[in-house]
Amino acid sequence: MSITAKKSMGSPLPHDSAEMHVSGGATYTDDIREPAGCLQAYILQSPHAHAKIKKIDVSGCCIAGVHAVVTAKDIPGENEVAPVPIYPGDPLFAKDEVMFAGQSVLAVAADTIEIARTAAHKAVVEYEVLPAILDVQTAVKEKSFVGDPYVMRIGDAAAGIEKSAHVLEGAFDIGGQEHFYLEGQVALVTPLENGEMHCYSSTQHPTEVQHLIAKVLGLADHAVTVDMRRMGGGFGGKESQASLFACAAALLARKTGRPVKLRVDRDDDMIMTGKRHDLHCTYKVGFDDNGLIGGIEMTHMVNCGYSADLSNAVADRAMFHADNAYFLGNAKVTSYRCKTNKVSNTAFRGFGGPQGLLLIEYIVDEIARKLGKDPLDVRKANLYDPKGKLGKRCITHYHMTVEDSITHELFAQLEKSGDYAKRVQEVRNFNARSKILKKGIAFTPVKFGISFTLTMLNQAGALVHVYKDGSVQVNHGGTEMGQGLHTKVCQIVADTFGIPLDLVKITATSTGKVPNTSATAASSGADMNGKAAQAAALIIKGRLEKFDAGRNLPWKELVMAAYGERISLSSTGFYKTPKIDWDRPAAKGRPFYYFAYGAAIAEVIIDTLTGESNILRADILHDVGRSINPAVDIGQIEGGFVQGAGWLTSEELWWDDKGVIKTHAPSTYKIPTGRDIPKDFRVALYDGINQEDTIYNSKAVGEPPLMLATAAFLALKDAALSVNPNGHLDAPATPERILKAVTG
Amino acid sequence: MGDTIKFMLNDQMRAVSGLSPTTTILQYLRLQERLTGTKEGCAEGDCGACTVIIGELENGKMEYEAINACIVFLPTLDGRRLITVENLGMNAVQKAMVECHGSQCGFCTPGFVMSLTACMHNHGNANDENIQDAISGNLCRCTGYRPILDAARRANTEKERYLKTDVATLEGLRRETMFSYEHAGQKFFSPRTVEELADVTAQYPDATLLGGGTDVGLWVTKKHRTLETVIYTGNVAALREIKQTDAGLEIGGAVSYAHAFESLAAYDPSMGVLLRRFASVQIRNLGTVGGNIANGSPIGDGPPPLIALGAKLVLRSKSCTRQLPLEDFFIAYGKQACEKGGFVEKIIIPPKAKNVLFKVYKISKRFDQDISAVCAAFAIELDDDKVASARIAFGGMAGTPKRAAHTEKALTGKPWNEETVRNVMSALENDYQPMTDMRATAGYRMQVAQNLLIRCFIETTQPETETGVYGYGS
Ligand SMILES: Cc1cc2nc3c(=O)[nH]c(=O)nc-3n(C[C@H](O)[C@H](O)[C@H](O)COP(=O)(O)OP(=O)(O)OC[C@H]3O[C@@H](n4cnc5c(N)ncnc54)[C@H](O)[C@@H]3O)c2cc1C
Ligand code: FES
Ligand code: FES
Repeated sequence: MSITAKKSMGSPLPHDSAEMHVSGGATYTDDIREPAGCLQAYILQSPHAHAKIKKIDVSGCCIAGVHAVVTAKDIPGENEVAPVPIYPGDPLFAKDEVMFAGQSVLAVAADTIEIARTAAHKAVVEYEVLPAILDVQTAVKEKSFVGDPYVMRIGDAAAGIEKSAHVLEGAFDIGGQEHFYLEGQVALVTPLENGEMHCYSSTQHPTEVQHLIAKVLGLADHAVTVDMRRMGGGFGGKESQASLFACAAALLARKTGRPVKLRVDRDDDMIMTGKRHDLHCTYKVGFDDNGLIGGIEMTHMVNCGYSADLSNAVADRAMFHADNAYFLGNAKVTSYRCKTNKVSNTAFRGFGGPQGLLLIEYIVDEIARKLGKDPLDVRKANLYDPKGKLGKRCITHYHMTVEDSITHELFAQLEKSGDYAKRVQEVRNFNARSKILKKGIAFTPVKFGISFTLTMLNQAGALVHVYKDGSVQVNHGGTEMGQGLHTKVCQIVADTFGIPLDLVKITATSTGKVPNTSATAASSGADMNGKAAQAAALIIKGRLEKFDAGRNLPWKELVMAAYGERISLSSTGFYKTPKIDWDRPAAKGRPFYYFAYGAAIAEVIIDTLTGESNILRADILHDVGRSINPAVDIGQIEGGFVQGAGWLTSEELWWDDKGVIKTHAPSTYKIPTGRDIPKDFRVALYDGINQEDTIYNSKAVGEPPLMLATAAFLALKDAALSVNPNGHLDAPATPERILKAVTG
Repeated sequence: MGDTIKFMLNDQMRAVSGLSPTTTILQYLRLQERLTGTKEGCAEGDCGACTVIIGELENGKMEYEAINACIVFLPTLDGRRLITVENLGMNAVQKAMVECHGSQCGFCTPGFVMSLTACMHNHGNANDENIQDAISGNLCRCTGYRPILDAARRANTEKERYLKTDVATLEGLRRETMFSYEHAGQKFFSPRTVEELADVTAQYPDATLLGGGTDVGLWVTKKHRTLETVIYTGNVAALREIKQTDAGLEIGGAVSYAHAFESLAAYDPSMGVLLRRFASVQIRNLGTVGGNIANGSPIGDGPPPLIALGAKLVLRSKSCTRQLPLEDFFIAYGKQACEKGGFVEKIIIPPKAKNVLFKVYKISKRFDQDISAVCAAFAIELDDDKVASARIAFGGMAGTPKRAAHTEKALTGKPWNEETVRNVMSALENDYQPMTDMRATAGYRMQVAQNLLIRCFIETTQPETETGVYGYGS
């Protein structure tokens, strides 16, 4: 077999759909031509945060154009769309009780969405309003939890604090975040013969949507097929949250025997779907004169909302990142998974990691302030031992050895390229002379664990077909939401066969092609699906090489000849992540295959009269191992940083005192625009390879860069506290919070 | 009565009927034409995913503007040309977006392409500010914008003529008299003259007047209201005029903020700064100064500076025309001094005296495309070092845009110095009892209102002191 193609691995190739994106030709779920007779569906929501449902009367819904109304009573299977079977409690429709304002109560299918909406609002639902728990402190007090409190510990935290020269105690609030994927939740379900269902869903987890539709309708999984070509963004918000909409559409499709589309309007989407968890944190830390941590206790009160959803795993990951890049030695991390009468919070890029990481970075910053030291020096003092030089400081609070820390090196390089010391001085000089405007600067690391912490999920499958003309079609369990996964997998398959990239095409993710997939989440998409696709390609390649027997036939000829000799040109591939082993009850083990690293310097300016702020410059050095596609990777880093900066600055979720969210549209919820990004934005990839045997020795890149934005938050704190050393800044740093930090 | 809606869709003619007059362009494109390149991200004008370009013949020349298809009613297209992403071929913006990795999930991408295409077409040589302005109404959640900005800069070096229109065809669609459209009892009128407008508003006193529809559109897409009769001001030539007369700067009731921008920025640079932060290019291309006043909103950005500048409103109806100071128009929250069948004919801003210091500020969580938590406008007339008179108006501090009577009084006659300012700041507490909502708490609103008076003082007396973080260093 003769290898002719230029290597595409490592090249900054454009996204495989880029030309379709710019010309409007890329098809999203709502763009699919609807089958004849398709109905539109609308879900009626609970107006109350907590209430008993006394009566539902749908007789008024029967207006011209309405085809079906469904409530919990109409569900033939189970009224349950929870993603984790051991944590049920996410009903498709509330039955006796509503648990948050926005919960689904019933759904209507009609000829048009206007009719469906009008009809749904004609239902009479009688409620008896009950007291609601709206904050985590109350939930902890009342022991209202969605999972048991959980502790990770190493050494003796209390004793370590006791022995320390200095002790600091405090509290810190971290806000949640709306995903704001540009494409909202949508599903299109078509009933097939014999009660079977076909579903297009904008989901990161087609297998789960398949399974839950089956569960709700009382079908076997094999009777449901879910297809997903691309999402207009996911960010974790379509990991578990897509199911409810797909299941409601499926139920209506069953009831009417007609195709049903359910596309939620932006407001309904933001009211009904979970967000990044907000946390109230407390801490107590002991340290010496150099800021070296001697003992630390941290408590996370995690607002999970009304149900578990993925919250226990999210809260675990917040705990896993309570150390970030620092050896804690004597540490106790306690986590409360608070059940409140708010929307059920869910996966969001970083999956709790960003919150855990922000807390420790906040604490380290406080330590430095207390000692009057440059926070970077305190950070350096506390780092894990570097890779290749492991000593005593390499065990995490969950008893995993950190073998691959490159933070020292990242720090050294970034300190130089980012001109840190000089800029710190310039910031101080500026502040001494500027009356109204103040600047701040911060330098923070990221260490992020890669793997699903539920070991079972670390498996992936792929299906590769080589057609007679030499073109190749690839399917894998991962979904494309903009992260360039398909582009990378195409590169991997093309390189494995040694053929030009344009011979390889990835088609829609389908439960009919690759079964039992995990969600495209935990940054693991390319790591796992890339390996699985490579495995499938290698099997076919092995057959072809054997058949070629050294003749070196050109690809197309070889394929045709092999077909002629009845050689199979199709194969599945499978991958499971090695080395991982996590004992949750003992809170010990190796939950992560490896860590991805990064570091950032951010410089900001604030207005001490109004609290308005702006990021002036960001310098980023990030570790993606050996990059499969540097353009895609840089895109993830920049996009992640900006999304993280939004979370920590302008993106504020606001509920009224009845627990009704009031920031449910872009008019009131402000994600960054083009002018909010650092004016001077310098992003570089760290030159190094993953020491683990990952695909191409690359590293996962989806989530870790979001946390680089911690530098922006701490820079804002630096600026505010330059005026008022006793100020306190919670996240997000809105103008209002910054002004509060400045003025007391 | 009733005609068909005649317009050009890309390069083809359309004559449309059988649809509600409040069908949005976006609904029409996606559901009727099956042109799905134009996306819905919010249906409220805030995300830009639905951006399309409208071409209009103005005095024999084509004008192209990017607008939000999600909130604009279809009949307003009558006589115009609608250009969608499908029509661009593969222009320099699109090529640069591919080369610079400007798309990830791609859902926002058609909107950015349309905004930038309009920008490149309209600015022979767009600078960074033009580019940032052009995309201030387009949200992208994936890329972090850097590659999109790079693509725009790259496309800018191309001297491509982006948009071409067969003018004769459009010319043929011109109407000399009022356009009427009806479907299932819902009526739409588009008069051409003030007289026609006065007649039709008299005939339908309960009709909804439609300017740019950046409020009215949302009544339909968000509040799901059914509008029986809509009267569109956008083709009333006289209402679209801007004139400089002895009375001052006269802005017609249907002049869009985009069209008023130059005159207002020339009137005072502080207005220019404010208006660049007023919504986005798309919304400013639609939204009118008249609509911004007539909606009676307590958080509109136009009224505070216009009140501070002593603007007058000319209200007209079939039976009478009257003039009143703008602040008298706002009676209470949701209540304005506009009789049924009346409309805003124009706004007159008197010339600014030389000795008047004027500043206007907008405070919001985000720089671009956000609604003010507080909007503050100060017009301080000095007599030597003393404050001869003061006109101060705030938005976001009360149920209407409102003057700070106590504070104005406290300032008058005092020397314009820091001591005075610090002393009178607290008078704002007598003027306003702001409320707490998702944009800000009452406490912040008051604190920042007071601090803005300080900022006004500093900016008008200490040019060496740096203020304002946005655009800092550029
Ligand atoms: C995304 C977005 C961002 C926005 N940002 C801002 C912002 O930053 N600052 C701000 O102030 N506003 C903002 N707005 C609100 C709105 O754009 C402005 O108020 C705009 O000026 C309204 O003008 P319009 O012509 O679109 O009004 P329309 O929606 O057409 O009408 C508004 C009201 O005025 C009435 N009306 C219109 N014309 C007349 C007339 N000639 N005589 C009498 N009544 C009339 C209408 O009947 C209606 O009651 C925003 C809106 C959107 C959707
Ligand atoms: S859909 Fe968001 S602006 Fe139109
Ligand atoms: S590319 Fe996904 S929103 Fe812009």
